[in-house]
Amino acid sequence: MTDADVLVAGIGAAGLTVAEVLRRKGFTGKLRLVGAESHPPYDRPPLSKEVLTGAWPPQRARLRDESRLAALEADWLLGRRAVRLDARRHRVWLDDGRELSYGTLVIATGVEPRRLPGQPELAGVSTFRTLDDAIRLRRELGVAEPDDGAAGVGTASRAAEDMAAGARSAARRVVIVGAGVLGCEIAAAATGLGHTVTLVEPGPVPMLRQLGAELGQRVADLHRDRGVALWPGVGVTDFLGTDRVEAVSLSDGTTIPADLVVVTAGAAPATDWLADSGLSLADGVECDASGRAAADVYAVGDVARWRCADGSRRLETRTNAGEQAMAVAAAILGEPPRPTPIPYFWSDQYDVKLQVFGVIGADAKLRVTEGSLAQDRFVAVSEADGVVTAAIGWNHPKGARLARAQVSG
Amino acid sequence: MQIAVDAERCVGAGSCALTAAEVFDQDDADGTVVLLDDSPPSRLAGEVADAAVMCPSGAITVRRAR
Repeated sequence: MTDADVLVAGIGAAGLTVAEVLRRKGFTGKLRLVGAESHPPYDRPPLSKEVLTGAWPPQRARLRDESRLAALEADWLLGRRAVRLDARRHRVWLDDGRELSYGTLVIATGVEPRRLPGQPELAGVSTFRTLDDAIRLRRELGVAEPDDGAAGVGTASRAAEDMAAGARSAARRVVIVGAGVLGCEIAAAATGLGHTVTLVEPGPVPMLRQLGAELGQRVADLHRDRGVALWPGVGVTDFLGTDRVEAVSLSDGTTIPADLVVVTAGAAPATDWLADSGLSLADGVECDASGRAAADVYAVGDVARWRCADGSRRLETRTNAGEQAMAVAAAILGEPPRPTPIPYFWSDQYDVKLQVFGVIGADAKLRVTEGSLAQDRFVAVSEADGVVTAAIGWNHPKGARLARAQVSG
Repeated sequence: MQIAVDAERCVGAGSCALTAAEVFDQDDADGTVVLLDDSPPSRLAGEVADAAVMCPSGAITVRRAR
């Protein structure tokens, strides 16, 4: 084991899981966790799903309750961000001027949403990443705050119905820029709340990078069937409005009126604070296959780029955060490395549950192995050169998991 | 080791069944957790602990035998 002192910068799923697994495996040293937000650790996938629709009260996105956080016996530095690292001298500086030394540092600072070129500071225009972003947007979409912070499940879903009814009386025009996973989920949530949604995507179909052309087209059809105005192949060139956004201009010359604009144009690793750290940065913190970035420095989750069989990759998925966190905790404790897992993400849009294990190439051929496209419930594999590269479930989560066994790692 | 799952919290990601297939399964329709064995043998303790950590919704509770 390294020096009995671990500092974790970032308390999303990745950072928290490193801390939890260290403790579970008997790490008794000092544990400090630095979180840029004032909230205790929360989970991101529900933000654009259950939290945004109002099905869950925001606090239900919390990853662990107070007692489990207390059981970590960690020092929490919340509402503070790391602003500088000197990896050679094992020092981190926080934004309040504090200087911390560490035995082992875990970088889990995640990503920052990208803004569009020329995106103005204009009321009604926002990006979407944090719990506060989700709470703000759902308020704009007419989801009332529950009176009681401890509202239960039944109350929450009842509230969601009331809110949907309320929203319908004040339908707003929502433009979402970027039809990746996040943009598609927000489009589905806003549509479900009764708003008029336009989804603008520079690529030919939604989620092309994650799903390839064939399945991406299916997602396009899904959104159009639910009434979303989908504009593929165009970008936003201008935001119109003085005090508040009133419309966006598209690259084909169209103007789309808007009460709200949500920019979901991808995200960039939060590595500004590491600029003079001595670490290697290239779209993420470059790490070996166990997450080691330098002596006594590891990186996990969205911010990390790990070596893998065919080069390196950076994944922005919830599953990756957990898997890398377990691998890094093991590495810190001197355990043997784990095999690189097959990437996995899921997405919920309307009543469709989508699971993808592996990587679907842009031009991959899909082969349905169970169910059918017509039934709107199937398992498929994607193939390239006769090799199965991904297993896909469309309203078939269990089938997708079982088909994962066919995927070449 | 005693295990409890909260199917209301579960989001159906299937991480538990991937990690500890002898203990967790998924509902055929919506993929939510199905507990196969609420007091599995100790040889599965590592897998079960990993499954609880990997669960994105915190739907798995593990109590260790004293």
